[in-house]
Amino acid sequence: MIDKTIDRSLRWLDDRLGIAKGGRTFLDKIFPDHWSFMLGEIALYSFVVLLATGVFVSLYYIPSAHEIVYHGSYIPLRGQRVSEAYASSVGLSFDVKSGLLMRQAHHWAANIFLGSIAVHMARVFFTGAFRKPREFNWIVGVSMLILGIVNGFLGYSLPDDLVSGTGIRIAYSIIESIPLVGSYLGTFLFGGNYPGNGIIIPRFYILHVLIVPLLIIGLLAAHLGLLVKQKHTQFGGKGKTEHNVVGTPMFPTFIAKTTGFLFMTTAVLFLLGGLAQINPIWQFGQYQPYQISYAVQPDWYMGWLDGALRIMPSWEWVGWGHTIALEVFLPAVIFPGLIFNIFIVWPFIESRHTKDLAYHNLLDRPRDRPLRTAVGVAMLTLLFMVFFASSDDVLANFFQVPLVAVLWFFRIAVVIAPVIAAVVAYKICNEMRAAEGVGKRKRPQIVTRSSTGEYSTTDAEPRPGDGVEELDAIPVPTYIDLVPPELATGVGVRRVMR
Amino acid sequence: MSDDAPRLEGPLPPAALDDPHLQPYAKHPERAQAVAAVAMVVGFLGFIGFGVAYWVGDSAQWEAVTLGGGLLALGFGVTAWGKYLMPQGPFEEERHEFHSTEAEREAMTAAVTERGGMVLRRRKLLGGLFALGSTAMGIVLLFPLLRSLGPKPGNTLFETNWTKNSQLVTVDGRPIHVDDLAVGGVLTVFPRGYTGSSQDQVILIRLAQLGPLDPPLVINPPGRTDWGVQGYVAYSKMCTHLGCPVGLYQEQTQQLVCPCHQSIFNVLSGAIPEFGPAPRPLPQLPLTADSAGNLRSQSGFNQAVGPGFWERP
Ligand code: HEM
Ligand code: FES
Repeated sequence: MIDKTIDRSLRWLDDRLGIAKGGRTFLDKIFPDHWSFMLGEIALYSFVVLLATGVFVSLYYIPSAHEIVYHGSYIPLRGQRVSEAYASSVGLSFDVKSGLLMRQAHHWAANIFLGSIAVHMARVFFTGAFRKPREFNWIVGVSMLILGIVNGFLGYSLPDDLVSGTGIRIAYSIIESIPLVGSYLGTFLFGGNYPGNGIIIPRFYILHVLIVPLLIIGLLAAHLGLLVKQKHTQFGGKGKTEHNVVGTPMFPTFIAKTTGFLFMTTAVLFLLGGLAQINPIWQFGQYQPYQISYAVQPDWYMGWLDGALRIMPSWEWVGWGHTIALEVFLPAVIFPGLIFNIFIVWPFIESRHTKDLAYHNLLDRPRDRPLRTAVGVAMLTLLFMVFFASSDDVLANFFQVPLVAVLWFFRIAVVIAPVIAAVVAYKICNEMRAAEGVGKRKRPQIVTRSSTGEYSTTDAEPRPGDGVEELDAIPVPTYIDLVPPELATGVGVRRVMR
Repeated sequence: MSDDAPRLEGPLPPAALDDPHLQPYAKHPERAQAVAAVAMVVGFLGFIGFGVAYWVGDSAQWEAVTLGGGLLALGFGVTAWGKYLMPQGPFEEERHEFHSTEAEREAMTAAVTERGGMVLRRRKLLGGLFALGSTAMGIVLLFPLLRSLGPKPGNTLFETNWTKNSQLVTVDGRPIHVDDLAVGGVLTVFPRGYTGSSQDQVILIRLAQLGPLDPPLVINPPGRTDWGVQGYVAYSKMCTHLGCPVGLYQEQTQQLVCPCHQSIFNVLSGAIPEFGPAPRPLPQLPLTADSAGNLRSQSGFNQAVGPGFWERP
């Protein structure tokens, strides 16, 4: 009988690894239910898809700038001289079965990976989940965000098409703008003045497929390990305190739900990968340093840097025989550095300000912390403004206004809009706090009109979630008393061997 | 173990099968099961469909619909199973603060400061030498890590392959005759022998029909009045902002636009930047025509081309 075999194998393992106690605690680990806790899962599962599709595309992609004549099946390119990197990426799209699906799913997964990290991070911020004892996990998270952005940039530089080459060119010049060491770093990294000696593609490749993913995997392990050790935060509610976690157990409920969610996230990424074209490199053509394509935006997570570069005034500093390209160095090096550093130190800034040294396991509602919420809203507004500034040409065209006007709009907006947004957010928080019962789920009332025209109201049936019928939480039971099957009421209730 | 063996006391109390915490969330579990089952069957069919799509066709769309559809349906089925048919609790787990007892903390600090400190304070010399050695190792290891990567920049950021009398050629290596471009025409050119080079790319524009440039039309900076020939002017095509090719010429306004961050350069007055983040004019290449009527450079550039960098004076 299967239960016996399982029992025997678990005992065998426990004799050697001593897993019974820890293992069962792990299976009983409680996951609080809230939709916003799924944001991190989207990020995790997109990363899984990135690894899987990444392994697939790396079997066909050739990281080489070596020039060959294209002979593949995409007719407009036949006979042209292209790099092996470009030829293999186009080949992956047209000559490898399922190749296009995998390549595009990889690219979509990168975009959604970073998008879900950003939203997840906002959730953690606005609910105060980063407070003691979770400061480390906040920092680990920010580090993964940075590495994810870097790896995304490295990845879309690999196909060596016109758009990616332009990105690499810009990256070179940004490195060049660093005072004192910039020119050296640039030629070291590229093997010479731009475009270098062709070494940059293999270098980006090894960073992209090995080094950065390894770092991310290490951080991810730390992130999840800390999560298990420190346990989840939860929103307040019936029976929820600073000293417990209320929800559903890892096994079997959470495992089932999260496996389903893994499948569904993967599904969306593959549906996008096959149905929504992304990065059609065969249309852009092979990169040539003297060619440029118009109105292509970088992947969204680079947009804010591009926007910052666009709205920066042309403040080059020249003196004492030297030049500092402030018009590049400030927006492309200092600005992101500052933003990420603010992210990293925020938990400490806040706890210094609030003088709050307590453990926090219950989450804040954003309105209850108006100042933090205002700061977060200001930061988001700033990032959105620079992000939209990266489409200044598109916006100018669309609204038929001069580019100069759009540019000045954004130059002013990045300063003023965050302040306005912060004030408004602060006010809204306070108003919401003043209003009683806002945001609580109310029990509906049923209004009936009698035959004589009188109206009367009665409470509707209680629904799960409105707090009326909620049971008191109990610890996950060790085993379940067996009842003859004909008396069992529920479907799918797990029976545990005695 | 058999069913009638005595039950061991587990760490937590048992629950009866009819305990409300163990009941499924669904009001009608049979219906929920039917929905989940249908979804899983659809998922199964989706995967079979993917197999078929893979073997018979070569369509990313069909592959996505079958694989994605299969994953979506199967995932939906499993999620529904978990959400509606498995025990929903609520269950609770206690949290413990993770910090250790005060005694343990003190012991920890003592181990580091007293035991470790004793060793260090007694052997300051060794401690110092170890720090010195490992610092030296850290620094010298940076050499292969950084210095081996590539050459020093040397003069390469300042130099181009344009010299006195370089012949202008197109990317296919064809020389350019003064009659080749109509007014308003633009062409990307290179010095002969260096076609396609990033550093040497030059944009050649024909502004007027004949003769040396008309003073009222072109306000060349002082000293550059004879840098055009037969209505042609030539500028480095590398944007002074971040090095993108300044590829867009707007004939009506006589402006060169960089598509990367919308810097705009005025072609009529030495390509000074009129808008956008570019800090400097595009360096101008002085032109002349040889006896055969082909365009050549009078000399190389008088400054470094492209974006700014520290060593640039
Ligand atoms: C954080 C994780 C990752 C991110 C954000 C990421 C992102 C990207 C992006 C945006 C591209 C451009 C795709 C395109 O051609 O349109 C790309 C290409 C590529 N990635 Fe990744 N990737 C990640 C992990 C990986 C891993 C783990 C591998 C390999 C094991 C991998 C292998 C590749 C290869 C070979 C290419 C070039 C494919 C081609 O375009 O021909 N990636 N990546
Ligand atoms: S590279 Fe030309 S404007 Fe930025």
